[in-house]
Amino acid sequence: MNVSALTSSELKRRLKKTGILLQTGSFITHLKTSISSVAEGIGLLYADYPLVEQDGFADFHISLVRPRNLRRWFKPQALFVFDGNTIFKPLPLDQAFPMLEWGLNWCVSNHVNHCLIIHAAVVEKDGYAVIMPAPPGSGKSTLCAALINRGWRLLSDELALVRVSDGKLIPLPRPVSLKNESIEIIRRYEPNAIFSRKVADTIKGTVAHMKAPASSLARATEVVQVAWIIFPKYQAGAKACLEALPQSRAFMRVADNSFNYSLLGFNGFKTMSSLIDASLCYDFTYSKLDDAIGVFGALKPKI
Amino acid sequence: MIQNYLILQALREPKTLTSLSLTDWDLLIRQARRANLLARICILLDEYGLLEQVPQKPREHLEWSRVISEKHIQAVHWEITQIRNALVKTGIPVILLKGAAYVMAKLPSAKGRLFSDIDIIVPKGSLNAVEAALMLHGWAATHHDAYDQRYYRTWMHELPPMQHIKRMTVIDVHHAILPETSAIHPDSAKLLAAAQLLDGYDDLKVLAPVDMVLHSTVHLFYNDQLDQGLRDLVDIDSLLRHFNSLPAFWSNLAVRARELELSRPLFYALRYATHFLKTPIPAGMIEVANNGRPNSLTLIFADQLFERALMPAHKSCSDWLTGAARQILYIRATWLRMPPLLLARHLFHKAFISPKIE
Repeated sequence: MNVSALTSSELKRRLKKTGILLQTGSFITHLKTSISSVAEGIGLLYADYPLVEQDGFADFHISLVRPRNLRRWFKPQALFVFDGNTIFKPLPLDQAFPMLEWGLNWCVSNHVNHCLIIHAAVVEKDGYAVIMPAPPGSGKSTLCAALINRGWRLLSDELALVRVSDGKLIPLPRPVSLKNESIEIIRRYEPNAIFSRKVADTIKGTVAHMKAPASSLARATEVVQVAWIIFPKYQAGAKACLEALPQSRAFMRVADNSFNYSLLGFNGFKTMSSLIDASLCYDFTYSKLDDAIGVFGALKPKI
Repeated sequence: MIQNYLILQALREPKTLTSLSLTDWDLLIRQARRANLLARICILLDEYGLLEQVPQKPREHLEWSRVISEKHIQAVHWEITQIRNALVKTGIPVILLKGAAYVMAKLPSAKGRLFSDIDIIVPKGSLNAVEAALMLHGWAATHHDAYDQRYYRTWMHELPPMQHIKRMTVIDVHHAILPETSAIHPDSAKLLAAAQLLDGYDDLKVLAPVDMVLHSTVHLFYNDQLDQGLRDLVDIDSLLRHFNSLPAFWSNLAVRARELELSRPLFYALRYATHFLKTPIPAGMIEVANNGRPNSLTLIFADQLFERALMPAHKSCSDWLTGAARQILYIRATWLRMPPLLLARHLFHKAFISPKIE
């Protein structure tokens, strides 16, 4: 059964009373909250995600709550709680849904150590995946959002999970986080895309989340082989341009964007080396999304 | 009466875990993670060859945490190398305490440990030299407030924690195992004199086995923070089981406890280790440990408090009195560490003066 099978009032009731067991990729999250903006966000963006019906094992137990302090009367807040522990400082109540998204990323990046975890977007076409690691502001999520609206499959817009045992990429398709101008750019680029309500004044500026394509969710357990590592950079007016990157540089830059490279020790090094060996690595500057899609469409995997 | 919590079952009888349902595993993983014992349970199961029989989901969580512990233990080795390099010119041997000692002495208590800092003990007269040498090698004081500096340097048993400016690692340099202001003063000179060189080193020592156990008990039963209580009790359990094979270990332990004025914490340690973890202790030893037994009324209270506060700080291991028990034990620990007037002054300063300076 998917989330969409519940009416919005039933979803709200379950989230408040027992919580729901939400399956995202290979993880199950027990989520509980009485904050209505979170329930609405779940109803909208997670409609096509499976609910686990019978009690069993959840990877992460989280709740979003309103702290019972004096502030709740004039400046209400939201708190992300991981199995009873507060992880982040409280945020304004308005930011509760983005906070859930950030919190879910935290759950994965802080625990899932059978994977090398890279801060990167991952998309796939014809059995080959592109990893796009990049610091915030480089336009990685914007490019990712455009690609998945033009036939690429979404694995993740935040977390590349490279399995240590065989180097395969594990999908974790979740809503794509867009910031500031990118929100309108993608709205115009794909008018049918579904967005959560914009939330202003977060530490990342104005954010909104775009629903992941149902076709990507349907393949959320299919692992895939990496073929390219591309560092995107949006540059106003620039022609779309791929520039080959030496393996050594690519290695260090991916390591810089990894959450647990050093934690994994020797396994981290081995996984990273195989990843780089299996990939063609590029710097990519672009200004027009359609040009970028064209360049990505013409990519050929390493033989 | 201690309930049959899953986390205790896991520590006492790891072999029985293969029959747990997925719902039980869900709860056990959460309790163990909160207690910082997840990696240890992973290693116990692996040693019994039972890890493969754990259902895949919970097994992943166990293995994820083992990765973290392995990294911590590797980092401890590296950090100790750095500390030895920093102190080599002082000629003062480094005596490791607690987790770092268990790791370097290859004791079973090191299995699956996580670290937040490294503790060492040096003679009080060498504190300045050690601090200066560490500063020259990149460690800097963390508590800059003048009152905090005085608090540590005048009243405590350690320097203010020092953090390495590049690696961000923390070292606690002790000169005693209890604060100067506490009512009892286990003689540091005796501890240092009995410390033993580690195999293969001429500048690295650990406390003698009985002293190691006693320090572990002091650490637990004089500590104001008990959120790692169960982990500390597991340390004690593991040390006792390991040293059990040493000749005359138990009689030495009793004698040493009396010598260092530590019969009371030893009594508590043996009592709760057997209650929680079924630590095997010779009948004679239990009798001798009764020297440190408080009066019956106090003991009834102590049981009520410790049996709550030593469990993981997880809602499934708590009842309506757990919060109060932790509060009372916090006050008790502070009380034991400082005489009443000084304590009043300290709390007054922390409550009304420190916030103004910030």
